[in-house]
Formats: sequence, structure tokens, C-alpha cells
Amino acid sequence: MAYLTITHLEKSFGTTRVVRDFNLAVEKGEFISLLGPSGCGKTTVLRLVAGFEMPSAGSIQIDGRDVTGLRTTQRNIGMVFQAYALFPNLTVAQNVGFGLKVTGVARAEIDARVAEMLRLIGLPDLGGRYPFQLSGGQQQRVALARALAPKPRVLLLDEPLSALDAKIRVSLRQEIRQIQQQLGITTIFVTHDQEEALSMSDRVVVMNGGVAEQIGAPFEIYNRPATPFVASFVGSHTAFDALVVDPGTGTVTLGGAQVTLGQPMSGKAGSMVRLALRPEAAHLGRVAGCETVLDGRIAQVNFMGAIIRLTAMVGDTALTLDTFNRPDTPPPPVGSAVEISVAARDFITLGAS
Amino acid sequence: MTEQTLSLPPAAVGRTARPRRNAWRAMSWAVFGMGILYFALPLIGMIEFSLRKRRGTYSLDAYTSVLTDPQFQATFAYSVVMSLITIVLGLALVLPTALWVRIRLPRLRPVIEFITLLPLVVPVIVIAFGYLRMFNTSSFLPMTGTVTGTNVLLAFGYATLALPYMYRAIDNGLRTLDVQTLTEAAQILGAGWFTIIFRVMLPNVFTALLSGAFLTFSIVLGEYVFAALLDRPAFGPYMIWTGGNKAYEPAALAVIAFAITWGCMGLIQLAGRLFPHTRAKR
Ligand SMILES: Nc1ncnc2c1ncn2[C@@H]1O[C@H](COP(=O)(O)OP(=O)(O)OP(=O)(O)O)[C@@H](O)[C@H]1O
Ligand SMILES: [Mg+2]
Repeated sequence: MAYLTITHLEKSFGTTRVVRDFNLAVEKGEFISLLGPSGCGKTTVLRLVAGFEMPSAGSIQIDGRDVTGLRTTQRNIGMVFQAYALFPNLTVAQNVGFGLKVTGVARAEIDARVAEMLRLIGLPDLGGRYPFQLSGGQQQRVALARALAPKPRVLLLDEPLSALDAKIRVSLRQEIRQIQQQLGITTIFVTHDQEEALSMSDRVVVMNGGVAEQIGAPFEIYNRPATPFVASFVGSHTAFDALVVDPGTGTVTLGGAQVTLGQPMSGKAGSMVRLALRPEAAHLGRVAGCETVLDGRIAQVNFMGAIIRLTAMVGDTALTLDTFNRPDTPPPPVGSAVEISVAARDFITLGAS
Repeated sequence: MTEQTLSLPPAAVGRTARPRRNAWRAMSWAVFGMGILYFALPLIGMIEFSLRKRRGTYSLDAYTSVLTDPQFQATFAYSVVMSLITIVLGLALVLPTALWVRIRLPRLRPVIEFITLLPLVVPVIVIAFGYLRMFNTSSFLPMTGTVTGTNVLLAFGYATLALPYMYRAIDNGLRTLDVQTLTEAAQILGAGWFTIIFRVMLPNVFTALLSGAFLTFSIVLGEYVFAALLDRPAFGPYMIWTGGNKAYEPAALAVIAFAITWGCMGLIQLAGRLFPHTRAKR
């Protein structure tokens, strides 16, 4: 039995259904990210779990107990908000101790726990400061400590890093993950930044239009996207239209070459199917193990450091491919003709086109 | 203007810009000085006049006379107590309402704002006569029949008069806070409404609250119509009565009222300094 179970959750505002048949089972200590474009209902799911909104249908269970009807104050959940939401009139220490104080914990115990939390977030000496005397990154760390101090059963984070600048965002990302693993706390993290979701999570829920399109480990989400939306939203790819030759063996014609994908497909022979290819699945030159060789012409070279991103025209499709930088091999010049090899199994089928 | 000056050689910039800036400065000082005179002269005149009760020399006789007048003491004390009651009443009415509207009913805000403005639109005398009709001794709720009842009625009337100022002051204070998120942050940490109002919201709108309270105080202290029509021994009617019956005392009274006003403003400043978080946000 999972620790946090969300079953057939629905939420409508007026006539708009914002969350539809949302199901999720989170194991104890697991870090789950809700990933999706703006307005897809991520925050709403989080607010339903927190008890700020009541679901139109469905239920939420924590540790085997149904909490759907419980008030926010009774759920024992910690939450970190995008805008920090620290209490401006309280010091850092008072903010962190707030949750303990309202539940009547003894003074000495509060002080000890606050000190422990401040050490955990690496700000042991800032207890006496007011929030306005802290940087954004520090404020968000205090908010994390405040959420964790009462030992919540579940931690919710709603885009906690999006108000911070890029450098702090990356370091705080690692810090949050490390603290989460250290405490083993069950966590749901909302973000629209795929890099964040993929790098931090045990599992990612990709949402679109209020629906969970795919739930899986980052590796799985990225390499085996279940729907065209997931494939296009997570990572970049080149899409091809191919002609189905034999749906049973998954054989298609692509740019004049016949490719056997090795997985059966739903379309009939003679119909078109849409395929996707990740930039790192296409290789320059002939490569052992790659059955498909496409002829292309280099249209663009973007040197990005460790990786060089090339755009090659294959027929009239612009195909992106990534190669690793090697000091002894400069990238091919723009306009040169190249051969591009692809392993048939690396094509992702997006469905009929 | 900047484009023009930029295209001029450096020397020319100095020549044209400096006199212009000086002229501008002189102008603003002149306007400022006139403003000061406009406000200060009547005040100085009033203070000077209030000191002339004793013939041929300055003295504080008018002040002594006012301050030792038992009627002054009684009416002033009455109005101060009434204003405190009104402040508590107004706060109890406005703070939860303003919070609730911000958190749960943001669409109702224009309606609430309109309602709180009504006391400015409807003349006090209309409200007062309305009260007298509704609550006279032959009505279903004869509040004017007893002194306590009348006092309660007066406090409600005052609270109505103070409503526009109180609401605006508190709403302004709440505007600087992210009320919704702070409320949710407190709730998820287990805080109930009492804690949210008294530990989270109140301390953060304290200066705004003080200015609301202070405005209420000065309104109640000077209010005439309600007190006169309900026949209560308040400070407003006393001031009017003094103004019609004495020469130097009204001036002294005005100076005293002025000093109280400035004292209150000083207190608000002090409060801002004692609560650093409310100051830094502005
Ligand atoms: N209280 C509400 N009343 C009406 N509609 C709402 C309410 N809250 C959210 N919505 C709508 O529900 C949809 C989902 O909102 P939600 O905030 O969950 O999106 P999100 O995925 O968190 O987006 P973002 O990445 O922009 O934060 C939006 O279309 C929004 O307009
Ligand atoms: Mg959101």
C-alpha cells in the first residue's frame, strides 16, 4: 500500500474541469514531480492534497487514512510556496518555530528543533534576522525549514525555485533533494521546468490539461514517452512523417529508406505515422549497430561547449543531432553533405499523422 | 530636452543648464515657503491669540481656564472613552471583513468598498434621524430610553462615521501583504483563525491599524451632530458651546486639539520604528 494515494481526483471551477481523473500512488520517502505547461492543473492538485481546495470527486489517502474531508490544519502536511510566504513580522527562528508553537509544543523543545532545522538548511546563525534581511535563496531555505520543523507526513513544494536566479536555482535544487533524502520525507514537487523535474525526482508525473499523461521514472519518461504530448514537452526532438509498409513488424519508409522499427504499430499499411528522434539518438557518419543511414546537409552548427548541436536538412525535415565535443575533430562545416546513422529502436512512435 | 543638451558642446551644457536648474530650485523653495506660511500663519495667529487672555501680557490663563473647567474634563473624558469603544468596535467589524473579502470573496471588494463609502455620501443628520426613528422610546428596540442604550447607539453611529477611514486604512495595510498566501502558510502549519488574525495579520498591519484608530479618534473627538441629537455630553458639543460663549478659550481649545493630533502622529512614527518589518517594506 502506497503512503500517499490519490484516487480518481476531479476538480472543477464552475464548468471548467481543471483536474480530471487524476490517480497517483506515492511510496513513503519518494520524490515525485508534477511537470506540465502553465495552467495544466499542477498547483490545483497540490492545493487539493493540502486541503486548500475541496475535490469535486475522488479521494486522497495518507498513510492508510482518508484525509479528503479533513481541514488543512488537521492534515499535518508541510508546504513551500513560490513566493516564500514567510511571516514578515517574525524572525527566522520564530518563523521556523511557528508550526510547533501553534500546536503547543514546549518552548525548550521548539528551540532545539529550530536550531536543528537551521543547521539542516545551512543557516545556523541567522535565527535572529527578519525575512526582509535575507536573500531570496535564504528566504526559501527558511521556508523549507519552517515546513519541515513540525515533522510533516508529506512535503509539498509549488515551484519553489522559480523566483530565484539561475545559479541559486541549481544549487538549491540539489540541496532540497539532499535534505529530502536525508529525512526520507515523501515529497511532491511542482514545476514547469523539465530539467528540474528530471534531475530531482524518483518519478515524474507529466500533466496536460488536467490529466496525468504519464507517470514514470525520469529515464522512462524521457526515453519512452507514452503520448505525443510527453514526447514533445520533455526534451527536444525531430518529428518525421513516415509511410507504414507493414504494421505487424513496424516497417516504414522514411526519406526513401525502409526502416524496421521492430515494434508493431496501430496504423494500416499505406497510412502515415509520426516518428520522433532525440538529438542524441542521431549520429554523424556510419556507426556500428545503426541500421538506418540518412543523407543530410548541415544547415547550422551551434557550439555549446561539451555538446555541439547540429541541424541537418534530411529531405525537407530539419533534424537536430547532438555530438560530443572532441578537441581533435572540428564540427562539419555548414553546407557539407553528411551521413546520419540512427538505430531503428531509437525512433519514438508518436501515433498516426 | 536631454537629446538637445547632449548634442551641445560641454561648455554650452554648463552655461545653459546651471542657471535653469538654479531658477527651478528657487521656484520650488518659494512654493514651499508659501505653503509653510499658508499653514503656519493661522496657527501662529491662533496660538498668539490664545495667550492674550490677561490684558497687556502673554499668559496661559486661557489654557488654565479650559483645563480646569469641570465640563471640559467631563466631556473630554467622555469622548475619549467613546472613541476607544468606537475604535475597538470598528476594528472588530472591519479587520475580519477586510480579511475575509481579500481571501474568500475578492469579487465582492468593489461592493464592500462602496458600502464603506456610504457614510461619506449620506449626511450625518440623515443617519442620526434614521437612528432616532428606528430606536426611539416607542419603537421595537427603544435604545434611546436609557443612558447606556443611547451610548451604545452613539458608539455605533461613530463607528459608521469612521468606517470609510478605518476600512481604507486597514485595506491599505493588507495590500502590502500577500494575505492569501500568508493565510494558507499559517493554516498548513496548523494555525486557526484566531492565530492568523492576531499573530500573523495584526502585527503586520499594525501601523495601518494605528492610523485607522487615530483617524477614528479625531473624528469622534470633533463630532457634533450625533452627540447633539442624541443629547450626550460629548466634547464636540462642548467645543461649539465654548466657541459661542467665550473669547480666548476656543483658541486654546483648538491649540490643545492640534497638539493631540500631532502627538498621535508622532506615536504612529514611533510605532513604525518599533516594528522594523513594517517599515522596511515601504
Ligand atoms: N480558484 C480558481 N477559480 C477558477 N479557476 C481556477 C482557480 N484556480 C485555478 N483555476 C484554473 O485552473 C487551471 C489550472 O490552474 P493551476 O493553477 O492548477 O495551473 P498550474 O499548472 O499550476 O499552472 P502554472 O504553471 O501557471 O502555475 C487554470 O486554467 C486556472 O485558470
Ligand atoms: Mg501553479
